Amino acid sequence: MSNEGVDGNRRRFLTAATSVFGAAGAAAVAWPFLASLKPSARARALGAPVIADISTLEPGMRATYLWRGQPIWIVRRTPEMLASLDKVAAQLVDPDSKTPQQPAYITDKSRALKPEFMVMKGVCTHLGCSPILRADHPAPEIDTNWQGGFFCPCHGSKFDLAGRVYKGVPAPTNIIVPPHRYDGDTVVVIGEDPKTA
Amino acid sequence: MAITPNPYKTTGALGWIDDRFPLTKMWKEHLSEYYAPKNFNFWYFFGSLALLVLVNQLLTGIFLTMHYKPGAETAFDSVEYIMRDVPWGNVIRYMHSTGASAFFVVVFLHMFRGLMYGSYQKPRELIWVFGALIFLVLMAEAFCGYVLPWGNMSYWGAAVIINLFGTIPFIGPDLVVWIQGDFVPSDATLNRLFSIHVIALPFVLVGLVVAHILALHEVGSNNPDGVEIKKNKDPATGIPKDGIPFHPYYTVKDLVGVAGFLILFCAVIFFMPDGGGYFLEAPNFTPASQTNTPEHITPAWYFGTYYAMLRATPSFAGTQIWGVIVMGAAVVILFFVPWLDKSKVKSIRYKGSLSKIALTVFAINFVILNYYGLQPPSAAVQLISQIGTVIYFAFFLLMPWYSANEKTKPVPDRVTE
Repeated sequence: MSNEGVDGNRRRFLTAATSVFGAAGAAAVAWPFLASLKPSARARALGAPVIADISTLEPGMRATYLWRGQPIWIVRRTPEMLASLDKVAAQLVDPDSKTPQQPAYITDKSRALKPEFMVMKGVCTHLGCSPILRADHPAPEIDTNWQGGFFCPCHGSKFDLAGRVYKGVPAPTNIIVPPHRYDGDTVVVIGEDPKTA
Repeated sequence: MAITPNPYKTTGALGWIDDRFPLTKMWKEHLSEYYAPKNFNFWYFFGSLALLVLVNQLLTGIFLTMHYKPGAETAFDSVEYIMRDVPWGNVIRYMHSTGASAFFVVVFLHMFRGLMYGSYQKPRELIWVFGALIFLVLMAEAFCGYVLPWGNMSYWGAAVIINLFGTIPFIGPDLVVWIQGDFVPSDATLNRLFSIHVIALPFVLVGLVVAHILALHEVGSNNPDGVEIKKNKDPATGIPKDGIPFHPYYTVKDLVGVAGFLILFCAVIFFMPDGGGYFLEAPNFTPASQTNTPEHITPAWYFGTYYAMLRATPSFAGTQIWGVIVMGAAVVILFFVPWLDKSKVKSIRYKGSLSKIALTVFAINFVILNYYGLQPPSAAVQLISQIGTVIYFAFFLLMPWYSANEKTKPVPDRVTE
């Protein structure tokens, strides 16, 4: 084929312009496909707050609620359980909860709005398994200084009764405390921040 | 270069086809006149067996899909329906679930054969790379399939694997939500994994297998001696002196392998279809529960080695991404084997003692890692897994050194009997 009389610049420009428009078109076509994978309107609606009535929760017991499909635990900690938090502090990665794994308005070292009621996600920060409540102690098969806490069966991560992670386990951070507020004394609204006065 | 239709000048009905489609040409090039070395041993069964298992998976998968109902509410019940109510449904499902495990057994042995005889060395690098891609896709395919029964192990296995993406800094958590299509593994997740398992990945897998075989037939098969049979051709016919036509010689030989394989395969399907709890795990006989993690989560047995590496790596600098990186690198490093091996000879038969020791240690270590990847976490398991991870990587990373600095034996000109 003869290339005589061909305007090279014009040909290059047309090739480049066609390629750019083609690429833009391909990106535009890809968008609906990629976006269709995001949570649907129904899935997002199921993320609404959950009301938890804790008036019947006995000391030392745990209640489990489902928020956004994930387990949320409320543990009513006894004075002895609260006292255990200091006994294990030296073994923890982040005993003062400096990493923001809890809302900014939770500042107490017990990681709760009311120390007696620990509200936390029942999800290990390693790979999302649900740890087991092992309030019993001693439990030398878990730790020589076990004062009660949570043990993840998947990869052996250990947490204390405030969900703070032990050193030397796969999980890197404390368990997440979800946003929550009290509505009166005995009702917790999981998924909503406290109303600032 | 022009393509000449019907180069073999066939006539009649076959000629009519050959004038329009290279049927005779393909038959000759890939079977009746594909000359393979005459010294293949039993290690060469596993390539054709992998093909057999692939066909088994496709066939049983098509029939399972006719009864299976994806969806968080329906999946578990539809699998039980297949097991109890569909005539022969349990056998078809066991063929599929046992086939998944058999696939990995066969592929592991096939890859070991390649490592042993240097089948990845020049000019067979691309065959190996296609093979490594097949292995990668196979792992993804197996994971997706594992989730589909939506038992409790399916569910938490999915949670763990998808959360691996959550370890990526900054975008991780959003990426996980996007992959899941929800805030937790859910109905949306199950349906997309179903789509990937039955449509997307099988297409890719079959395509890669075709590429793997085309690349093989382009350069010709390696053999246990690592001798290039094309260097010694009969001057009159141009046929390698040490080559024999794949059909009928190796098709018939492979049938013997098929018979042996099917005896074992059927024994599992008929007498221990759960594979002793390794092919189908006990927690997966209970429906998925978002609030109860099984006491002891293990991946399917064939992921044990890589899972052990994931667990062996501690978190560092506030992130657990290192374990994911180590596990990923363990698979990615396979792609580089053709360039890591600097040896002048292909086959382990003529390599030095360093290579022999390295491969032996690697194989034993692989099995040990696999075992400990399935054990409950403990300090001892952690330590053994860490040592095993180091050995795994040392085999590959030291290969340029030990393969180049050892005394090799002279390679014969012709294959040995």
